[in-house]
Amino acid sequence: MNAIVERERGLLELEERIADLKAHAADQPVDLSAEIAVLEEKYAQILREIFGHLTPWQRVNMARHPKRPLGSAYLAALDQFDELHGDRHFGDDRAVIGGFAKLRGRRIMAIAQDKGVDTKEKVARNFGMPRPEGYRKVRRLVLLAGRLGLPVVTFVDTSGADPGIASEERAQSEAIAQSIAAFSEVPVPIVATVIGEGGSGGALALALADHVTMLEHAVYSVASPEGCAAILWGDAAKAEEAAARLRLTSDDLKAFGIVDEIVPEPLGGAHRDPRGTIGNVLSSIDRALVRLANIPPDELRARRYEKFRRIGTPA
Amino acid sequence: MLYRPDLVKNLFVCTTCKYHFRMHAFDRIAMLIDADFVEIGADVVPGDPLGWTDKTSYPQKLERDREKSKLSEGVVCGFGSIGEFPVGLGVMDFNFRGGTMGTVVGERLARLFEGARERKVPIVVCTASGGARMEEGMLALMQMAKTTVALQRFRDDGGYAITVLTDPTTGGVSASFAFQTDVIVSEVRASIGFAGRRVIEQTIRQKLPDNFQTAEFLLEHGAIDMVVERSALRALLIRLLDYGVGARRTAQSAPANGRASAGTTS
Repeated sequence: MNAIVERERGLLELEERIADLKAHAADQPVDLSAEIAVLEEKYAQILREIFGHLTPWQRVNMARHPKRPLGSAYLAALDQFDELHGDRHFGDDRAVIGGFAKLRGRRIMAIAQDKGVDTKEKVARNFGMPRPEGYRKVRRLVLLAGRLGLPVVTFVDTSGADPGIASEERAQSEAIAQSIAAFSEVPVPIVATVIGEGGSGGALALALADHVTMLEHAVYSVASPEGCAAILWGDAAKAEEAAARLRLTSDDLKAFGIVDEIVPEPLGGAHRDPRGTIGNVLSSIDRALVRLANIPPDELRARRYEKFRRIGTPA
Repeated sequence: MLYRPDLVKNLFVCTTCKYHFRMHAFDRIAMLIDADFVEIGADVVPGDPLGWTDKTSYPQKLERDREKSKLSEGVVCGFGSIGEFPVGLGVMDFNFRGGTMGTVVGERLARLFEGARERKVPIVVCTASGGARMEEGMLALMQMAKTTVALQRFRDDGGYAITVLTDPTTGGVSASFAFQTDVIVSEVRASIGFAGRRVIEQTIRQKLPDNFQTAEFLLEHGAIDMVVERSALRALLIRLLDYGVGARRTAQSAPANGRASAGTTS
């Protein structure tokens, strides 16, 4: 079970009591407001204790929280969105949603990974794990944006690219590689935001960007903690230890210069205030686009080159 | 029972079952264009390069189709505006030799693409075609090459092109300019493919699924961007044109070797 959901369970009883008291306060002859205030203070205190300092593993679980706002919610919050489908070759991968859009009046190309809300949708979206046709759609849309002079805005949230026989047969590696290459070459601003899980190459395929943002409790990693534990120690159960060692949190990655900005989340995580969180992310993207808008295409690409050329240079 | 005035008013879509009837090129132009449409290439008219005769001669077939369709050939091209966005618009018509592409269709489209490049306006092409025109032989096939080079020069120069696939679009048209544009939309339930249904069934001797080669089938298989009802087509085109208003700006500010950065077809 999700470690965050488990902790939230403990709070549930308290939440219900507060709600109950509030609902009946009007019918009662006695004034309950003092009692309610006490309970609310206690609740806030527990909330701070539980969520004030999350371990890396808890953040992984926060990034995977079943109620965490997904890519489609961010797309729905844009002023306008016209979805474009398909890779022109094999299929339309619903793990990635992309299309023309407007953000605060600005024309953009918006692309989001999406894990799906209910079971049926999760299956249709392959739990947010794109297949080669998904990455080929991304490449196509990024190149189209480059042609039309539209900034590219991506929302990254995947446990990783689809691992499977069919995806290997259709050259998953080539599809990811060509997607990354498209991001490297287009002469338009690119802003990527990791909103949940940034799972390895399957995430980087949407994130070679001029400005990379992470939500506070998002994670971005060379491999999933489970995958890392399996690779190094032959034991996926050691995921918690792997999470601690991988340095996959937003603060760690900002320190490495891999991430440019962190958008804070409400106490307890983005799902406690999806609208507010999404609004904050869109505002951060808008600010980044304003900064990038007037940079000439040549210089934009030169800066992008320098940015990624610099990362991880040995001392 | 469907009365023609109702049908006309409803953009040739059945008022009960929403069946999208094939549309005359001039009706479609009137539906899409704001007001004025300046036709180009109307003076390009067909000859009979192969001296073709089967039941009747090719010139006789052309004459019959001119009368039947009230058109001089299988495509009408010109310039106008859609939602105040100036565009080069080409509209094919299945009524003229099944919308097949021969030397005239190819030449008119090439002139449209060249004209749009000079004027720096986007292109919208509405296709309806049975493919290459048999009666013009290899000269017809080569129109796939002609339209391709003209469209690619337009796109290399930063031009923005949109295809509207309508029922039916197959063969030499689907396998050339129709699938080379930036955004491809199709009218609902349009039949779109390369080889025709009968050819495939006779070749592989299998019954094909009902939705085979429909617009919806293509969307699911990743071949096209969107499926749209005719009633929503004009509004969609206006939005798509609006997203592309910056196209020329980027092309002009791109480096001299901007072809690589423009990254066209893959």
